[in-house]
Amino acid sequence: MTTPTPFGARLEHVVVRYGTRREMVGDSTLVKREATTALDGATLTIRPGVITGLLGRNGAGKSTLVSLLAAFARPTSGTVAVGPEGAQEDPWENAWTTSNVQLVRESGDLMDDEKLSVSLDYYADLRPHWDADLAGRLLDRFEVSTRTKPGALSRGKKSAVGATIGLASRAPLTILDEVYLGMDAPTRYAFYSEVLADYAEHPRTIVLSSHLVEEVERLFEDVVILDRGGVLLAEPVEDLRARGHSLTGPAAAVAELTDGRRVLHEQRLGGTVQVTLEGALTDDERATARAAGVEVGSVPVQDLFVHLTEPRRADR
Amino acid sequence: MFDGPEPIYVQIAQMIRAQVLAGELAEEEQVMSTTQFATTFRINPATAAKAFAGLVDEGVLYKRRGLGMFVAPGARERLLAEHRRRYFDEVLAPALAQAELLGIPADDVAAYVRGRRPTGTTTDSKERP
Repeated sequence: MTTPTPFGARLEHVVVRYGTRREMVGDSTLVKREATTALDGATLTIRPGVITGLLGRNGAGKSTLVSLLAAFARPTSGTVAVGPEGAQEDPWENAWTTSNVQLVRESGDLMDDEKLSVSLDYYADLRPHWDADLAGRLLDRFEVSTRTKPGALSRGKKSAVGATIGLASRAPLTILDEVYLGMDAPTRYAFYSEVLADYAEHPRTIVLSSHLVEEVERLFEDVVILDRGGVLLAEPVEDLRARGHSLTGPAAAVAELTDGRRVLHEQRLGGTVQVTLEGALTDDERATARAAGVEVGSVPVQDLFVHLTEPRRADR
Repeated sequence: MFDGPEPIYVQIAQMIRAQVLAGELAEEEQVMSTTQFATTFRINPATAAKAFAGLVDEGVLYKRRGLGMFVAPGARERLLAEHRRRYFDEVLAPALAQAELLGIPADDVAAYVRGRRPTGTTTDSKERP
């Protein structure tokens, strides 16, 4: 089986606003809701052939962003382009890009009242690179029968079906939006291993969004962090890791090294202080730290993510 | 696994070097493929590939076309030589600095060293029958 050329994506100054809408409230009265801005001037590039992690707090705009790539939605303004390097097109009402972009949403997009095999046949027709053997093997591994109706599946099994469709579609751009929901830990680990194994064999572009940052950060080569509708950063995950470091040691020595730097977090235990600082240290500064008995450590991506998307940060 | 302060590919390379040094990976022995490594430790294959590429440049591993990566002949000797060269600066000097900080006289340190190990044995004990 040939592996198709991976798709990349580019968003420029994308704004997505949902218009004023009327909503039914509890006592069946209609109220007018303000328009919400889901994305507010988002510009970013998703590199082809790379696994990109899409992170953001609830409501940051992750699901809106991926629905643009799959042409489930259209931006209010700005441009979206999807396709192989040098041949990217607007995905809206574009049969070629749409058939090559597989978005797996939390909802699953399955026919709940028909046997699962009916939904699978539908995806097999839709996706030119569909691998039925892989789908069968994954469903066996996740212990899901194709005779079951998706409506009767547990949350975790439904997610396993989503993971199966995502991988078996072999789409040049595959987006897995919170596909792990309800999966127990062993199933999630199996899912991560299957993603990596199939990706290694059939390199393609995978965008994975998750709130379980610690579990997935090592799967990524690139990372995009959305924050309140904007792109906080889009870069290789190694660069993100280099954005912070921790210093642990005697309070006075740490204070001296911290001078003039942004402190993301501080913890105190008696005379010992641990601070999380933004930015990298120079070799000289590392040597100074060592000489002063201060230990220099790394900061987990999860912690950087939490600090960088801190709502009370003043610099925005 | 791989929780240290260095980038993950650096830590992977360190792990493989340590295995070669300890003899757990013999010369001419095949190492895990990038894919096996990635799925076993659940890391991005590109990260594993970066570590392996670095080890090939260092001469610790070599690539056999279509077969995979193998430990290079003489890799262990080279790593031993390099680590011996760095031992005093990187291992012993900080230990002695700590001893000084704690007020342990140099004579006590020397006596401890002599008590543990008869003088003159500088070669690696594993190499002897």
